[in-house]
Amino acid sequence: MVFPGTWSDRDCGWVIDQVLGAELQYLWHKDADLKGCDCIILPGGFAYGDYLRTGAIARFAPVMEKVSEFADRGGLVWGICNGFQVLCEAGLLPGALIRNSSLEYRCQWTNLVVERTDLAFTSRCDEREVLSIPIGHGEGNYFADPATLSRLEQRGQVVFRYCDSGGRVTNNANPNGSTHNIAGIVNARGNVLGMMPHPERCSEAELGGTDGLKLFRSVAASAMQVLVS
Amino acid sequence: MIARIVVTPKPVVNDPQGITVRQGLATLGFREVSDVRIGKYIEVSLEADSEHQARQRVEAMCKQLLANHVIEDYRFEIETDGHKRR
Repeated sequence: MVFPGTWSDRDCGWVIDQVLGAELQYLWHKDADLKGCDCIILPGGFAYGDYLRTGAIARFAPVMEKVSEFADRGGLVWGICNGFQVLCEAGLLPGALIRNSSLEYRCQWTNLVVERTDLAFTSRCDEREVLSIPIGHGEGNYFADPATLSRLEQRGQVVFRYCDSGGRVTNNANPNGSTHNIAGIVNARGNVLGMMPHPERCSEAELGGTDGLKLFRSVAASAMQVLVS
Repeated sequence: MIARIVVTPKPVVNDPQGITVRQGLATLGFREVSDVRIGKYIEVSLEADSEHQARQRVEAMCKQLLANHVIEDYRFEIETDGHKRR
């Protein structure tokens, strides 16, 4: 999905068609249909300049109505960084992403512990696997009110948490002040994922790591299953 | 009419900008400052038959777009012919 101001679309596209060899379609924000895609990725960037709030305007893009319908039917929707912010503003995921507690734009490698491996997005990961995936954001501090937060925890909707290299969820490993070290969450049904770290930036050894590719491979495998079943 | 809207982070939401500015003010000697919250000011010019109607419309604008109810509170005043009403 490409909004004016999206900037990680080509990076995601490269992983999909050059690394995975899967079929790729770019969707423009004014498109009236989703061109038969199995998974919609909302990439990072600054959609519509992040005017007013991050993701606030992108949610009104003509194509977003189709994305909501697609998600309602169980289609896979994956928001990365700015895409996560858009999904929260659109109400497809609960909570909001606010300014990093440090006030700094953080561009660094982070460790993430995978807490769900039964999802289409993480099926190729091991239980409690620690992934090394970079972040690049100024507003990735996940916030939700206490009731929403306990609902997320009870239902196991936290997919990724910032941790140290040993998988321990500590304050020091939290790069942005996110509540409960949350780096990524999924909706109750498990088909809409939002995450701040950038798997598309670590899907080839030349870029310093390939942990991100596990997520892309998981999605590709589940899309194949849908085709077969 | 003109709606003057103020959007602020909810009290439960940590406001790192506010904390940093409070520290800056303390450094400058403004020791009396106990808290700083940083929000947004939005001015909306609109046509409305009555102040009541304008109020309803602005309320809807705040709910649907201008403020994010998860993290922000809002308040506004409507100015009609130079008269401000909160």
